[in-house]
Amino acid sequence: MLELAESYALLNRSGKTQRDLLRGRTLINLFFENSTRTRTSFELAGKRLGADVINMSVQTSSVAKGETLLDTAATLNAMHCDLLVVRHNLSGAPHLLSQKVDASVINAGDGTHEHPTQALLDALTIRRHLGRLEGLLVVICGDVTHSRVARSDILLLTTMGARVRVCGPATLIPPEIERMGVEVFTDVRPALEGADVVMMLRLQKERMAHGLVPSAREYFRFWGLDAAKLAWAQPHALVMHPGPINRGIEIDSAVADDIEHSVIHEQVEMGVAVRMAVLDILSRRGPGNE
Amino acid sequence: MSEVLIENVRLIDPAAGLDTSGALLVREGRIADLGPALGRPEGAEVIDGAGAVLCPGLVDMRVSLGEPGHEYRGTVETAALAAAAGGITTLAALPDTDPAIDDPALVRFLIARGHETASLDVLPYGALTRGCAGEEMAELGLLRDAGAVAFGDGARAIDPARMLYLALSYSRGLGARIVQHPEEPSLASGGAATRGELATRLGLPSIPPAAEAIMVARDLRLAEITKGALHFAHVSTAEALELIRAAKARGVDVTCDTAPPYFDLNETAIGAYRTYAKLSPPLRAEADRAAVAAALADGTIDAIASDHTPRDADDKRLPFAQAAAGGVGLTTLLAVTLARVHAGEIGLAEALALLTCKPAKLLGSPAGTLAKGAAADLCLFDPDRIWQVESGKLPGKAQNTPFDGRALEGVVLGTWKNGRRVFGSPAA
Repeated sequence: MLELAESYALLNRSGKTQRDLLRGRTLINLFFENSTRTRTSFELAGKRLGADVINMSVQTSSVAKGETLLDTAATLNAMHCDLLVVRHNLSGAPHLLSQKVDASVINAGDGTHEHPTQALLDALTIRRHLGRLEGLLVVICGDVTHSRVARSDILLLTTMGARVRVCGPATLIPPEIERMGVEVFTDVRPALEGADVVMMLRLQKERMAHGLVPSAREYFRFWGLDAAKLAWAQPHALVMHPGPINRGIEIDSAVADDIEHSVIHEQVEMGVAVRMAVLDILSRRGPGNE
Repeated sequence: MSEVLIENVRLIDPAAGLDTSGALLVREGRIADLGPALGRPEGAEVIDGAGAVLCPGLVDMRVSLGEPGHEYRGTVETAALAAAAGGITTLAALPDTDPAIDDPALVRFLIARGHETASLDVLPYGALTRGCAGEEMAELGLLRDAGAVAFGDGARAIDPARMLYLALSYSRGLGARIVQHPEEPSLASGGAATRGELATRLGLPSIPPAAEAIMVARDLRLAEITKGALHFAHVSTAEALELIRAAKARGVDVTCDTAPPYFDLNETAIGAYRTYAKLSPPLRAEADRAAVAAALADGTIDAIASDHTPRDADDKRLPFAQAAAGGVGLTTLLAVTLARVHAGEIGLAEALALLTCKPAKLLGSPAGTLAKGAAADLCLFDPDRIWQVESGKLPGKAQNTPFDGRALEGVVLGTWKNGRRVFGSPAA
């Protein structure tokens, strides 16, 4: 998968396209939650492979009016789409959909569960810069409890042989996360020591409202990544972030924009390549697979 | 004069400590005689039990009826069908219906609806607070007079502490128990699974198991202070059971029940977001399941209730966090309980006591016994015959069983209500 994605990354940089691969196939981006970045990325990936791409944004308000997820599924199924990209605010929603539609369902992020293509693009970005995944030390820092990115990254990176640490305030570290094969830290300094990759997670403002963190400035003081904290990691350490960034809350602008370390923009670029690879592989297998 | 003789059975009456081979004679809807050496009265209809167990009709002390208000989920009639198939002849109905059972007329309505089925006695719980909204106390005395057997707010925990303090004090004079759903609301709200590795991996909002023990600890103190009678429903954790065990030992008037999912299943039943396994309280870790099973055997738990909660497919075919909690359980109550007997953890008579005389006593009901002169509410079952639970084929209406696919030993062959056969073919 990563090899194929890498070849698509090169293809994209060369400015060429491969518009015959998914010609005549229909891809629907079904987004129950706002996401400019992921939706656009899937849209570009589909279009570069020649698929007909349709974007559907379902506001939660219309779901509240009575149409259920499965009503939506039945509607889409009747339209005979081939690939269904789903983003939902609740864990397990794409799994439920996949049981009811014939199309291949791609999870574009579900609740606080998983975001598999994000993990793939993170792995690809790391591999391109550091040449491997095995044996690397990756530190995921921030709101791990509410992060589907963290879960998918942990699953993928540990499978590929990387060591993973998670770090954040104890209120934002989910119970028994160490059972997923990670080390847990509340202190940033020991967590960052020896890190090859520092993956910062977005902190949503509602976490403050719910009392999980006292204030943004306190969060930044202890867990926000600035140049001083980054110095605790290895000199070659990569700085990553799944976006969108809250500058000054989880990451200092100077670090986010530091071209020596930050690969945040390349993550976005690799996102398109990875999604092209995913669409390519799924369409080879034909409809009916998740 | 109609007489029915059920012979060649193993008679078990836990209330009387009876366990013997023999026969039982029903006359005019009541138990006329029973024992090892019973003659065949002239003209009596004779049923050959073929060695099966005959015990009192089961008493299920915690059942949600869809009625009134959510008839699409189930009614008294559909519950009666499922109950009869499960050997249940008496059930206590939760008050958090729509409207809530907070008016004497509604208590009488439910009792009457039970009588209309002619197969089931419905014993209504009264709402502790108006609308089960947790704010103003309902008219407990009037509800009691109308026939309410105990008080609670159904699936809602009684909170804050002052509300339970007043309820326990006031109800003491009425001789009725207060039934608590023991979950500290601020820790439990919004949760969909028990806290732990599985909830973390699935990304589900979780409820710490201690939310139960924290509520139990607080409420035990309130019961001690008020000398009121307190009952904890569907207890699911080792820690809460330990607190209850200790409180009983020091003489607090406390009782508790659990439901089959909590001693037969653990959190892994959720699998990949199986909403039929979403219950309230949530299914727990294996250590808690084992502790619940142990508490059945050591007497800490006073009754096994089905915690039957009918749900429509549309209540369940949703993302896990959004799906309604609860599972049906009337038809599987006996067989899932028997699994603990077959596992050698508890004796058959002790298990049946938890399903008959013990809950009946808690509810102040004369049901749950084979005493001569008692109503002939009977359950005839083969403890060894196997069957498989299959959602979609359960009697009644709702099909949301957490036990879908579970192979069980123990088949109900016949159920009698007031001497009238309400389940099972006469050939059995």
